[in-house]
Amino acid sequence: MDNIAIVGVAQTKYERRKKDKTYYDLVFEMTKGVLEDSGLTLEDIDNVITVSNDFLDGRTISSMAVGEAAGAGDKNISTVEGDGTFGAFYGAMRVLGGFNTTLVVAHSKGSEGDVKHITNGMFDPIFQRLLGLEAISASALQANAYMDRYGVREESFARVSVKNHANAKNNPYAHLPMELTIEDVMASQKMADPIKLLDCSPVSDGAAAIIIANEAHARKAKTKPVWIKGIAHCAEEYFLGDRDLTNPKSLRDAAKRAYAMAGIADPLKSLDVVELYDAFSYMEPLWLEGLGLCNPGDGPKLLDDGITTMSGALPVNPSGGVLSSHALLVAGLARIIEAVLQLRGEAENRQVEGAKTGLAHGINGPCGQSHCVWILGTEK
Amino acid sequence: MTVNLNQVESLTLQGQIAVPYTWWVGRVGSRFLIALRDEAKIIGNRCNRCNTVYVPPRGNCGSCFEDIDQFVEVSNEGVVSAYTVVRFKYPLQPVDTPFAYALIHLDGADVSLAHIIKADLDKLKNGVRVRALFKERSERTGHILDIDSFQII
Repeated sequence: MDNIAIVGVAQTKYERRKKDKTYYDLVFEMTKGVLEDSGLTLEDIDNVITVSNDFLDGRTISSMAVGEAAGAGDKNISTVEGDGTFGAFYGAMRVLGGFNTTLVVAHSKGSEGDVKHITNGMFDPIFQRLLGLEAISASALQANAYMDRYGVREESFARVSVKNHANAKNNPYAHLPMELTIEDVMASQKMADPIKLLDCSPVSDGAAAIIIANEAHARKAKTKPVWIKGIAHCAEEYFLGDRDLTNPKSLRDAAKRAYAMAGIADPLKSLDVVELYDAFSYMEPLWLEGLGLCNPGDGPKLLDDGITTMSGALPVNPSGGVLSSHALLVAGLARIIEAVLQLRGEAENRQVEGAKTGLAHGINGPCGQSHCVWILGTEK
Repeated sequence: MTVNLNQVESLTLQGQIAVPYTWWVGRVGSRFLIALRDEAKIIGNRCNRCNTVYVPPRGNCGSCFEDIDQFVEVSNEGVVSAYTVVRFKYPLQPVDTPFAYALIHLDGADVSLAHIIKADLDKLKNGVRVRALFKERSERTGHILDIDSFQII
């Protein structure tokens, strides 16, 4: 693969309700912000990708309404309807395909629609949707199956929520920085067993953008380039009942391909920091298993042993993760941005000292139906 | 005129998109729903190559990329392979909380069917046997909820 790099990043603060800004305002602000960060101008950008969802925006072909805000007036513009990691993946493909630079911008305001109705719409309209399934109850089925298969206790999930909300206190962009105890999480409102309110990510408003450049154009940017060493995504079956929810096989496949591309044989040794998509607390240990960082069933042990804490050998979600800020679609791009900030050494209070290789991860579809894995590095 | 936007009240506009759809269920899906409606039976189908029995049935096997033409009747009974007792309410739930969603591995099938359990929630655990409770014939319309719910046996 040719050398390509992320040369600019921008994100909003994530919050419950951005009542002072429209989608257009957010995309404009992020486009300006990412250009400023990179030191590039709109003339340096020859391809634009927007990331949005029509149900979330309440608008058909929602992307077309923000093209001008993304500075795409005279440029090639296209859209990914899915998580930001997948939008960025497409952006990387475009640069590998011959564009010099690609600007990827994602936005969502969950506060304006009704996320339960919208996630119910993920399911097929004939056999599953009419049951009323949505993201929380579907994820609860996965958490239940995971606990049952490996004897995982609810307290192990609560511990993830405690860690990530505490990490969020070091992240000025986070929606829910909180000092919690395991007891707080265990006593929070029961949603769908075993998932309680503090096991759930919030619904946040927010936006984010990155610029991906080929090697020649990476030199024009003022930032320290963060090189894309490996990327892959894979998907599995659509119907929940067709899948083994305790074995995220599409994540295993994607991780294997991304590691191979990046020349990583032992990810636990090679990675310095991980930012993954923990929409619910149980997802962090399950995705760590899928990423091959431990044996199946041993995900919770990584936190019990302190490995994934800020002072551990492999900090996971120093930003506070998706549990602390969840602007749908934007959240995966935020994982990439957080990894980039870590590798640039600009993550301030949440900095993992000397981070050189980072992993960012996003999901699409119920219970992680598809996964996108990014390996980023400070060296070409 | 320059306006200090921080002093401008932020307005919202209430709206709703209500789009009617008429989804064709497909012949395979129709066969399944008609069997629920007319016979109170659960029909699946079997991939001739990998022998997987799918419920609900489908026109082709995603892993073999082959058409499927062999229908099989699966049992109205099976075991719970995952469940959740739902405590929060929202308008699209078909029944009052608390109720449970379960993935049910029906006897004779190789995948699980997502459905609802309403009663004996305190007895619910993975591996427990359940049976489909059908609505009365006059109330069945060719709908996934022609199976009213599954009951713990």
